[in-house]
Amino acid sequence: MSYKYFPHTEQDISEMLKVIGVGSLDELYAEVPEELKFARELNIPSEKSEIEVREIIEGMAARNKQLVCFAGCGTYNHYTPSVIPYIASRSEFSTSYTPYQAEISQGTLQYIFEYQSMMAELTGMEISNASMYDGATATAEAMMMCVAAAKKRRKVLISATFNPAVLQVVRTYAKYHGVDLVEVPAKNGATDKAAIETLLAAGDVAGVMVAQPNYYGCIEDFSGLADACHAQKSLLVINSVASALGVLKSPGEWGADIACGDAQSLGIPMGYGGPYIGYLCTNSALIRKMPGRLVGATTDAEGKRCFVLTMQAREQHIRREKATSNICTAQGFMCLYVASYLSLMGPKGLHKVNSLSYEAAHYLHDALVDTGLFEDVYESPYLNEFTLRYTGATPLHELRKQLTAEGYLAGVVADEKEQLVIFAATEQNSKTQIDAFVATVSQRA
Amino acid sequence: MNKTYYGKLIFELSKSGRTGYSLPESTMKNHSMDELPSALLREKPLGLPEVDELTVVRHYTNMSNNNFGVDTGFYPLGSCTMKYNPKINEEMAALKGFTNLHPAQCECTTQGALELYWEVQRTLSEIAGLSAFTLNPYAGAHGELTGLMVIRKYHEMRGDTARTKIIVPDSAHGTNPASAAVCGLQIVQVKSTADGTVDVEDLKPLLGDDIAGMMMTNPNTLGIFEKKIPEIARLVHECGGLMYYDGANLNPMLGVCRPGDMGFDVMHINLHKTFATPHGGGGPGSGPVGVRQGLEEYLPNPQVVKNSDGSFSIRTNENSLGSVSPLFGNYAVIVRAYAYLLSLGKENVPLAGKLSVLNANYIKECLKEYYKLPIDGLCKHEFVFDGLREEYGGDHHDAGHVTTLDVAKRLLDYGFHAPTIYFPLLFHEAMMIEPTETESKDTLDEFIEVMRTIALEARDHREMLKTAPHTTPVRRLDDVKAVKEPKFTYAAL
Repeated sequence: MSYKYFPHTEQDISEMLKVIGVGSLDELYAEVPEELKFARELNIPSEKSEIEVREIIEGMAARNKQLVCFAGCGTYNHYTPSVIPYIASRSEFSTSYTPYQAEISQGTLQYIFEYQSMMAELTGMEISNASMYDGATATAEAMMMCVAAAKKRRKVLISATFNPAVLQVVRTYAKYHGVDLVEVPAKNGATDKAAIETLLAAGDVAGVMVAQPNYYGCIEDFSGLADACHAQKSLLVINSVASALGVLKSPGEWGADIACGDAQSLGIPMGYGGPYIGYLCTNSALIRKMPGRLVGATTDAEGKRCFVLTMQAREQHIRREKATSNICTAQGFMCLYVASYLSLMGPKGLHKVNSLSYEAAHYLHDALVDTGLFEDVYESPYLNEFTLRYTGATPLHELRKQLTAEGYLAGVVADEKEQLVIFAATEQNSKTQIDAFVATVSQRA
Repeated sequence: MNKTYYGKLIFELSKSGRTGYSLPESTMKNHSMDELPSALLREKPLGLPEVDELTVVRHYTNMSNNNFGVDTGFYPLGSCTMKYNPKINEEMAALKGFTNLHPAQCECTTQGALELYWEVQRTLSEIAGLSAFTLNPYAGAHGELTGLMVIRKYHEMRGDTARTKIIVPDSAHGTNPASAAVCGLQIVQVKSTADGTVDVEDLKPLLGDDIAGMMMTNPNTLGIFEKKIPEIARLVHECGGLMYYDGANLNPMLGVCRPGDMGFDVMHINLHKTFATPHGGGGPGSGPVGVRQGLEEYLPNPQVVKNSDGSFSIRTNENSLGSVSPLFGNYAVIVRAYAYLLSLGKENVPLAGKLSVLNANYIKECLKEYYKLPIDGLCKHEFVFDGLREEYGGDHHDAGHVTTLDVAKRLLDYGFHAPTIYFPLLFHEAMMIEPTETESKDTLDEFIEVMRTIALEARDHREMLKTAPHTTPVRRLDDVKAVKEPKFTYAAL
């Protein structure tokens, strides 16, 4: 029965059984009622050699089509420098668990501390946790934080300009957690601030959640919003695309109480939706309402500066049902991705990524509009993502089908009826690539 | 692991003017970011480090040398199933045919990815004895939350909205009550008997028409198989509730006894435990959720289905509980689990469970003369000691007595990770040991020898334990200071 992942020899097994005082491996399950035991063979494939495993899975990977990407909507095709997967492949990092034993986990604790520091810088907030699965669930956690901080208020406002996929997740959490989630309408592709003020006036709002840049790519102006929220004792939550915070006014500068979102744009591959990492940052006033793992600095018995999981009295393993959240994850491996990405990029690199993406997106925008097949929808400034209305003769779905066949991911359809398409570009989209794409669009539309 | 402490932060290596990136020159100059209104731009300079590439590589390499993983040594962390993470799985997850897929791609371009997802769904269903799985939840606790949403949706669809309570044993993982609270359920705790299993007599009066269900793990967190599970499931079902299985402890049951056959209706599996995907310093994990027949439509959207022509589609179901993730969860983790399942196959999946039980019982028998074993008899994949036995200093009569924390810290000196300590809460000095099946008898014998040595040290050289660890990169940390003088960022130092 020798198998590569099991080191036991027949002799080992019989010696161990003897020490335990049972006659066979099956006898180790003597207390399990016979009627519960699984009597047949599992109906799953037979053992495969490494060569066969490789062949099967490489075959599946080959049956997917890698497209030239002009889509964003929460997942951006930014470049991942070679150093990142190289560092992340160090198994001292990847095969460790949550750093409960700090004395032998300083590597993990230190990069999480760096991640927290970098996310606090980007968002302009005082603290960051290290535990969110993705941007959607981080937004749901932010919503629950608002309700927990407000004690008696159960109402949270969310802008309709959020990515609908994120909205669906937040709605699901709201339903089961008993939060009255109210959608604030959009006006010209931006949150209707007057509508927020009207809703706030009722005095029962725990939090207001807005997105930046929003689903349509528009950069919203949140001037006065924090004051309006705080005047009604509501918290302000700003969800941002992490990479964009390299240049855009930070949630802290807008006066937000909680910053959240997805950090996929900071060096994490698109990977068919995951794994990514959500970030959740706040100020010290709300620290005891914060979900998930937090790493803090301290000293050891010899006075050396070192790092440790801290403020654990908020968490599920101590507080059980009274915990701030059920989060157990420390999204360590992805913190390492983000920390090493931001180390390499620095402030200038991140600025340049944004500037190249800005230029590519605006070039793409102008070229598409110049074809006469697309027209502008919103007037707001945008960074690397924008919405156009398709006006061509070929039906939109037919055009997109043809473009897919040509190897392009031609944006994301935001509204089938209105023929709205959201396009995005990054530093990975060259002029040649954009020219070729727009030429194909012209031919096919 | 390198014993020399590398304690620098990347910020401390920064020097203005250094760069660690290279990006193409701008070629599309029709527009420039300067066009953006300044009111929308950040004012405060961004305090990120400026470092060259080699500095980054050395920095993180030196940090990794201060870290302990399964590849470094034995990691008997109870309830965490720290088994070996096969390397082929990493290579498969990194294939460009998966990593370059954008979530918005048409399903006609992701047939291979959907097939893999569907195959894992099907394989897990067979292993669990359930009807269908979603792989969308991102982690074990996320799976618990999703599973509880399924249970609430089931009652809601029957118009049975008064069921707002969930029964959780006092020995349950902390995530169970926490997930139930996030899901808007009230927690009713059921006691354990002296043998560590659910007290059926305590359970009976709790059952009624306000009970949505009961959460259990079997074997429980003490590593003991809940023999009365058929009776418990019957009682909960008779009162109209559903049974939830916390799959954190699924490993020993693989191919021997399936949750579906035990009477469970809904469960989650931790792919990072049972199916060998790396724990990554605490994440990303993956927490697929399975359901018995009749509950499939409540699983979260989106769902993957196989069509009659053999192709695969993404669909949304209007009776679904909603969405817990925008797409298919932690896809790369699912690829790793698939590679593991294919590698083991039906021949070796059951063997993994049995050998994990063999290893746990072997350690328990070899150490019970030194450490207090509160519940004797066969354990499954893990077991719990309640500190040292009295003759080795485990009595609590003086202020300087040796605690489980001291034993754990001393283990680090000998090159082992510590067990899970102070959980479950049923015992004051709990020490939960889970060796997993991938550890050899030789490794277990070394561990047993060290644990015996530590017991003797506890009796004869108590100070050695009280001041442990001695040979790790840093010495024992000041946890209290971390709370009293909180510093969470470089800027705050």
